[in-house]
Amino acid sequence: MTALRNTAAIVGKEWRHYFGSPIAWVALFVWTMLFGIFYYFSFSFFLEQSMRIAQQGMEYGGGMKISLNEYLIRPLFHNMAVVALFLAPMLTMRLFAEEKRQGTIELLATSPISVFQIVLGKFLAASGLYALMILAGLVNVALIWSYATSPPEWKPVATGALGLFLLGACFLAMGTFVSTLTRNQIVAGILSFCLFLGMWTLGWADDPTAGPVMKAVAYLGVTTHLEDFVKGVVDLKAAAFYLSVITFGLFLAHQSVESQRWRA
Amino acid sequence: MIEVESLTKRYGRATAVDGISFRVEKGEVLGFLGPNGAGKTTTMRILTCYLPPTEGTARVAGCDVFAQPMDVKRRVGYLPETPPLYPDLSVAEYLDFCAKIKGVPARERKTRVAEAVEKCRVGDVRTKLIAKLSKGYRQRVGLAQAILHNPDVLILDEPTAGLDPKQIIETRELIRGLAGSHTVILSTHILPEVSMTCGRVVIINKGRVVAEDTPDNLTRRLKGAGTTRLEVRGDEASALAAVRAVPGVLVAHARAGHDGIAVIDVEAEAGRDVRAELAWAVVTKGHSLVGLQQMGMSLEEIFLHLTTADAEESAPAA
Repeated sequence: MTALRNTAAIVGKEWRHYFGSPIAWVALFVWTMLFGIFYYFSFSFFLEQSMRIAQQGMEYGGGMKISLNEYLIRPLFHNMAVVALFLAPMLTMRLFAEEKRQGTIELLATSPISVFQIVLGKFLAASGLYALMILAGLVNVALIWSYATSPPEWKPVATGALGLFLLGACFLAMGTFVSTLTRNQIVAGILSFCLFLGMWTLGWADDPTAGPVMKAVAYLGVTTHLEDFVKGVVDLKAAAFYLSVITFGLFLAHQSVESQRWRA
Repeated sequence: MIEVESLTKRYGRATAVDGISFRVEKGEVLGFLGPNGAGKTTTMRILTCYLPPTEGTARVAGCDVFAQPMDVKRRVGYLPETPPLYPDLSVAEYLDFCAKIKGVPARERKTRVAEAVEKCRVGDVRTKLIAKLSKGYRQRVGLAQAILHNPDVLILDEPTAGLDPKQIIETRELIRGLAGSHTVILSTHILPEVSMTCGRVVIINKGRVVAEDTPDNLTRRLKGAGTTRLEVRGDEASALAAVRAVPGVLVAHARAGHDGIAVIDVEAEAGRDVRAELAWAVVTKGHSLVGLQQMGMSLEEIFLHLTTADAEESAPAA
């Protein structure tokens, strides 16, 4: 009960920081703008494709419907994953670095609140903002339902959003950890970005001809597990992978904060 | 209330605190005196569970700082040297957050915050952002944060540093008001502050306790060794000779000041006030006495007196 209240207090404070400063607004603005732009491009591409197919159908007979999910929503989520890669450091870099610079870490460390509650609270605050960003972006997708004669399947949209959230949450957990390493926000931001990029590029090892080693490397990449979610499948293995990375990131953050107390 | 037993803290090879022991009784105000780098802040950080000790034990309100940190943290209010404030929160928001993480029950939170606001007189800036507050208000908000959960023990690290004289007086009054109901440890490097607020003083230097006494005893011990500064117009050498002839004078140094005025620093025997005799001696020799002043003891002098035997030889001019 106390644990919950303490964590909630940290979440509330972090949200106050996010929304009291331009951070949250800039993140929301950039995210929704890019979401809209990618949505527009995917939509144009979809229209082009469906026109061509319709034309082909008239010329050669037959004809088929192409899937909105396949042509619009899938590429959209993949693009937004890239945006998450860039925006995640912005959300996490100040979490601990700023507390250390301001000396407020001393307030937290001398209050009856555990390090785990602090770490979890900060991570949840960042994920909460990120979830809000995803929801704001999904408004674009929701528009399809009000206009399309044959609306897309909703399940892949929901699972895709969930996948996007989990992928970003991995970044946020790792970013929380990186933020504990320095008192300089900029350094934390740059290091986080490099780390996220590394986590991202591991996925590039994935190709059909890859050997077992490369397959293992690819497994560790964050993008490898997104595909299933975007296709509308909640693969427990992929979900477990994301949750493990998140847990690992929070564990590292916890250990880092604890160990600095000893080394200080 | 606080028992510190041969507490030691090492950072790598450097020893910040070297086997300190002292006790503080309930309701007492203990002054922690020492120069920068003496280990005051480190000791306070150990008492507030911010740092773990390398050796030794410290118990606060019956709880060990190492074994029961959560119990200690609940009973201690701590104001670090720089108040731990979030500049982008308003005073009310900040105190509300502090109340939450300090475990003040939800139904009491409002009254506790209101009490702390009233005690520390920050009511008129409640809705202001902390970033916009002056140094004095920040210090008070920091103090409000420390007393918010009504802790048994208050640990204040240089609570008056950087304040203007009026604010210093107000802060001292505030601390005196808190004594009795709270046990207070405060650190400072200003001696008068200690005598005004503290019931007992622990002087530490280089991580060790060099003296422990009531401020009255301490100042009595130190006052005798204080210097008197004379400003004399006239011949420097003969004035110096006149001063040295006064009974009770141990050492006198002269140096030339501005406008042909000689400045003579005099050290007298312990417990002896020689000001009247000095004035008389100078004037009767035909010099004009333009200034006579009892110099305050600087911390450096106190340390010289406490830590070195040949204090008279090396006492610097204040």
